[in-house]
Amino acid sequence: MSEALEIIDLACQRGGRLLFEGVSAQVVPGGALQLVGPNGTGKSTLLRLLAGLLQPAAGAIRYSGRRAFAGHEVALKPRQPLGVELAHWARLDGGLTRLPAAMTAMNITALAEVPCRLLSSGQRRRAAIARVIAAGAPLWLLDEPTAGLDSASAALLAAAMAAHRAAGGLIVAAVHGDIGLDGAAQLRLG
Amino acid sequence: MLWALFRRDVVLISRSPALWLPVMFFVLAAALFPFAVGPDARLLARIAPGIIWVAALLASLLPVETLLAPDLDDGTIDQLITRGIALELVCAARIAAHWLGFAVPLLAALPVAGVLLGVDFATAQRMAFALLLGTPALASLAVVAGALTAGLKGGGALAGLIVLPLALPVLIFGVGSDVAGAFRLLAAASLVALAVGPFAAAAALKPA
Repeated sequence: MSEALEIIDLACQRGGRLLFEGVSAQVVPGGALQLVGPNGTGKSTLLRLLAGLLQPAAGAIRYSGRRAFAGHEVALKPRQPLGVELAHWARLDGGLTRLPAAMTAMNITALAEVPCRLLSSGQRRRAAIARVIAAGAPLWLLDEPTAGLDSASAALLAAAMAAHRAAGGLIVAAVHGDIGLDGAAQLRLG
Repeated sequence: MLWALFRRDVVLISRSPALWLPVMFFVLAAALFPFAVGPDARLLARIAPGIIWVAALLASLLPVETLLAPDLDDGTIDQLITRGIALELVCAARIAAHWLGFAVPLLAALPVAGVLLGVDFATAQRMAFALLLGTPALASLAVVAGALTAGLKGGGALAGLIVLPLALPVLIFGVGSDVAGAFRLLAAASLVALAVGPFAAAAALKPA
């Protein structure tokens, strides 16, 4: 289904300050990489580099496939119903047929008619993960995906990630603690 | 892709509570002048094109803080970049949607403004045509200013300072549309603004 992701000797500068350098890692299809480390050491920044949202100061990222990114901001318009919002992104991804299953996987099907401003932060986070699932991209980039999730939703996320890896997908996630990525490699920053 | 982005922008603009603000501002500005200048119908009719154009320019700037800043704040731009969608396309769609959201209602309100200012039918027709040609440039400039000031506090005021000098050609050719060749120059100014706008706005949005 997909190719491996290679991170080669990556360095990143933010605001004139060297955040990290010499970061190398490899994720093979079906594999996962957990980014760990204290706050402010560049976990989110590394994810943004991988998503193509920032340019590295040095080094290279070898990966040419599609990626799906779930950052801290959920990109849901407050006045729009959740189902309409997710359908818009799924349409851009050519994944409208995948969307119902993705919404079921994160247990948000019942929220489809609810305007996004009325959703709790955990529900928004679940919606962002459902968007990642529906994107159909081999590489998932998740920034603290369990933040704000209750234990039942965290289990749904773990199941979705396991299914994605079983199908040959790749996952890179910034985490604090265990999010249910079995056998994932760890990359320690800071 | 462009169509999907445009349709989405139109839906979001049409649901926004601020949809009617520019056109109401436009009509109110036109209604204020007879009170301020006095009821001299000939004087009013003579300065009417100028009033209408300044009002249209300011109306195009009213929603400038909501054109791109919310998308930058809520991660929408991140999601678009991650999908490899060119920001130039995003900005082109936004310009078209902004034009639809402010210029079309404004053209619809032009007869009202014309009556308030005592403009005769032939002049009103010419002004409508001039506005049709010139407002795409105003929409493009507003989106560029919105992109440049997205992420800044109080960006709206700064956006005004950016747009007003650049809008001068449109204003001059728009007001002077009874002079031969003015329509062509107005259309040319619009085309330049439309051609440059998406690239300028996208360059301003690209993450550092």
